[in-house]
Amino acid sequence: MADSSHEKISEAEQRYRRNLAAKNPKDGESFTTISGEPLDILYTPLHLENFDLVRDLGFPGEYPYTRGVRDDMYRGRLWTMRQFAGFGTAADTNRRFKYLLKHGQTGLSTAFDMPTLMGYDSDHELAQGEVGRCGVAIDSLEDMEILFDGIPLDKVSTSMTINAPAAILLALYIAVGEKQGISSEQLRGTLQNDILKEYIAQKEWIFPPKPHMKLITDIMEFCARHVPKWNTISISGYHIREAGSTAIQELAFTLADGFTYVEAGIEAGMDVDTFAPRLSFFFNAHMDFFEEIAKYRAARRIWSRAMREKYRAKNPLSWLMRFHTQTAGCSLTAQQPENNIMRTAFEALSAVLGGTQSLHTNSFDEALCLPTEKAVQIALRTQQVIAHETGAASVIDPLGGSYFVEALTDRMHQGAEEYFRRIGEIGGVIAGIEKGFFQREIAAAASAYQRSIEQEKRLVVGVNRHQVKGEEVEIDLLKIDPAIEKSQHERLRDLRARRHDRAVTGALKNLQKAAREHRNQIPDILEAVRAYATLGEICDALREVYGEYREPPIF
Amino acid sequence: MALSTDRDRIPVRAATGDLVERFTEGHLRALARAITLVENEAPGYRELLGRLYGSAGRAKKVGITGATGAGKSTLVDELTKRLLSRGRSVGIIAVDPSSPFTGGALLGDRVRMQDVGLQKDVYIRSMASRGSLGGLARATREVSIVLDAFGKDYILIESVGVGQVALDIADVVDTTVVVLVPESGDSVQAMKAGLMEIADIFVINKADLTGADRLELELNSHLELQRGRHGWDYPVIKTRARSGQGIDELLEQIDRQEEHLARTGYLEKKRMHLVRAEVLQLLSETITKKVRQRLDAGGDLETAVADILGGRLNPYQAVDRLLERAEGAGSNG
Amino acid sequence: MDRKIRVLIAKPGLDGHDRGAKIVASALRDAGMEVIYTGLRQTPEMIVGAAVQEDVDVIGISILSGAHMTIFSRVMDLLKEQGADLEVVVCGGGIIPTEDREKLEDIGVRGLFGPGTTTGEIIEFIRTAVTDKTA
Repeated sequence: MADSSHEKISEAEQRYRRNLAAKNPKDGESFTTISGEPLDILYTPLHLENFDLVRDLGFPGEYPYTRGVRDDMYRGRLWTMRQFAGFGTAADTNRRFKYLLKHGQTGLSTAFDMPTLMGYDSDHELAQGEVGRCGVAIDSLEDMEILFDGIPLDKVSTSMTINAPAAILLALYIAVGEKQGISSEQLRGTLQNDILKEYIAQKEWIFPPKPHMKLITDIMEFCARHVPKWNTISISGYHIREAGSTAIQELAFTLADGFTYVEAGIEAGMDVDTFAPRLSFFFNAHMDFFEEIAKYRAARRIWSRAMREKYRAKNPLSWLMRFHTQTAGCSLTAQQPENNIMRTAFEALSAVLGGTQSLHTNSFDEALCLPTEKAVQIALRTQQVIAHETGAASVIDPLGGSYFVEALTDRMHQGAEEYFRRIGEIGGVIAGIEKGFFQREIAAAASAYQRSIEQEKRLVVGVNRHQVKGEEVEIDLLKIDPAIEKSQHERLRDLRARRHDRAVTGALKNLQKAAREHRNQIPDILEAVRAYATLGEICDALREVYGEYREPPIF
Repeated sequence: MALSTDRDRIPVRAATGDLVERFTEGHLRALARAITLVENEAPGYRELLGRLYGSAGRAKKVGITGATGAGKSTLVDELTKRLLSRGRSVGIIAVDPSSPFTGGALLGDRVRMQDVGLQKDVYIRSMASRGSLGGLARATREVSIVLDAFGKDYILIESVGVGQVALDIADVVDTTVVVLVPESGDSVQAMKAGLMEIADIFVINKADLTGADRLELELNSHLELQRGRHGWDYPVIKTRARSGQGIDELLEQIDRQEEHLARTGYLEKKRMHLVRAEVLQLLSETITKKVRQRLDAGGDLETAVADILGGRLNPYQAVDRLLERAEGAGSNG
Repeated sequence: MDRKIRVLIAKPGLDGHDRGAKIVASALRDAGMEVIYTGLRQTPEMIVGAAVQEDVDVIGISILSGAHMTIFSRVMDLLKEQGADLEVVVCGGGIIPTEDREKLEDIGVRGLFGPGTTTGEIIEFIRTAVTDKTA
């Protein structure tokens, strides 16, 4: 911009502000994003003093990827509409999978029940009352075969939301592929496999950090060689946000976790370019529309700069950040649940305008129970309406260049860098976890948010504004049949009677040996899985070697 | 202190007649109830304590104090496991600070002792400091007496590691263990003198961290001056509580110290000191209460405050006058 | 002497989502109560064991996984065994369908707080319920 133009703008802007101040002599409320970032009433080029289009934005598909990771983005291929599903038995989920594929979903995403997520079989004492409730119960290769029965694994890409026992689920998926005659080289999908955020937010771990990190680098190594199309980690901010963090915390903590995985891979002796292209991310899409868009753009820029400058990756695929987004579960209300349809739609739109590669939209009844089929359909249609009717997919990064969005992107970027500095001072992410740094930041943000709602500083329609007096919640709730737990018990008993115990014990012993000798554990896990060792048995074998983690609670 | 509403004036359930009976029979709920009564000075609590006092005196009382994050709870957890394996029963009192603004408290030590929490011979009670500044709750001593009377072999008292001051604890227990962590500002210079003096045993926890050796050297050189005093050598032990290292050694030293006290007659001296401290505390509390009661009756306190604010008296004169009035009121009332 | 209300906040089962539990615990502390947080992965036995030792007035259970019927029933049974069911107020928060609420109230669960409940409501409930019990 020419200097004279700058002066004129400056003059005009000052005139505008003077008039405004004259009208409202007292400064009423302060306006902030949902995370507390202050918002000016208007943004102009004056907010972007140091803005350099080529350096800070670049072009889509090009470093630093601020505007998007592909040069043609959604014109080339729409984002993947990937709705999370899973409940009850493998057969139930298999039916839901087929329903979704028939209705136009383009990728599978699997939810597992609590016992599976924590590495317990359905007949474990701690599994009581939890089998098949929050997701599908997978105890062995048998269950996995049923889960994907009739679904050709070379034609779909599957995301598995599993962390602590992720290595075992990967092995199970590979084994199912083998049974279908499909080699591991052809398999496409993602493992969430992000243990650091478990310690920070979701709390679904088994072992202490070091052994879990070893399993993760083992997966990275194994996949680089044998499952090259597989995304090994979905480095997640979603859960951190759900635990109550601000947007900047979500951004900073997620990227810090990502850097920690990169460093672990390098330390394990791998060349960064062999594993970095397969790291992907998973963000939340919360209600503050523009803050979220700015967050995604800042994320891409930060990651690419770090990967290229700090970690010296040479492959552009290592620099570009691909991510999946899920609309914010914590923004859904139980009151007037139909309002959630709109909330999800706006959140989904922000993810699209932010350039997400795949998207899950929540169902409106999710504040009350696992979603019904009708609700799931509406959620999917939400994405389809955005894709085909709104024009949001026709132009890449349509908000790029907006003074507001660029200023906010910079603010998010700066905020993240401040956190990186603090985390560095503490000694890194794992040190931060042990000292409770992240947990404390998140707990403080969560309490502050709750207070702001109770004090009506932040409004939520149906909750503290426009409530319906004496509202009766009338949603069709999905009930899980408690007989599922019983049937899983029986099938486990049956399986244990039929299989070759010697093969199982042998495989488990080999696994423990590999663990103790710090070798790659995936081949032995595969052997165990093929021999129909159960998930719980494999985890127990490793528990014997690594012990279990206990966290001190931080408020 | 706290902004209480009328709603907070919830009465305590008074001691029932058969509480002592059930207590003597070993019912856990009776123990729990007795502790609540004593902690809240509920009607009948003094009589209750009086009746239990005779059965107390057998337990070994160990205080564990140090800064937050030193790993005290984990240490207590591990010590308890060892004691259990030797067939001993353990009572644990974990003290955390009350908020000076709201009067409430988050008592989070129990969480770090999950391993032993459900064991039959372990009893864990969390206490809030309720305004006490020295690290313990005002009623901690009394609660330890209750646990003692119940028959616990060991009583471990874990106290608030707020700052470096935790002097109360030496007035309540036989053995005081101070827990330090390398690289967290715990250098000998940084410690308040009192802490060095009350400790019978020093523990350097998280001993795998850098600085552990340096801290050990520092401590030892500092302790040279007081070693041999009372015939005790003030051992310094390195531990890694999370993995159980050093715990056996710590337990050994604790037992050694108790023996030392008994053998040298210092146990007598110590007990005398503890009883003295107890009597003084009770005396001071009782006197203050009585005086306050007498003054409240006549509104004398408010008058004194008004006088001071009005410049008619200084606080020292005011207090002298109040005492005169209180004594006078006593002989008249 | 007036005393503090003692509350045990528990997370039973395998669910690790403790945001709500921690917010409630902090809010109760801010309201002047003494709160014992049990941590994650508690069994009903651990919960009741702790509640008895700490002689709490209230047990607050946070369940989001759907296992509420199993957990609450077991907790109530254990409290009954200890003879404490009439003296301890049992309440909970999380995702509990309407028909299950009635069943839970039948077995003695006194308060169930769904999404959108304010911490103020919970504090009020506890104060009232505890006063009623000790009256």
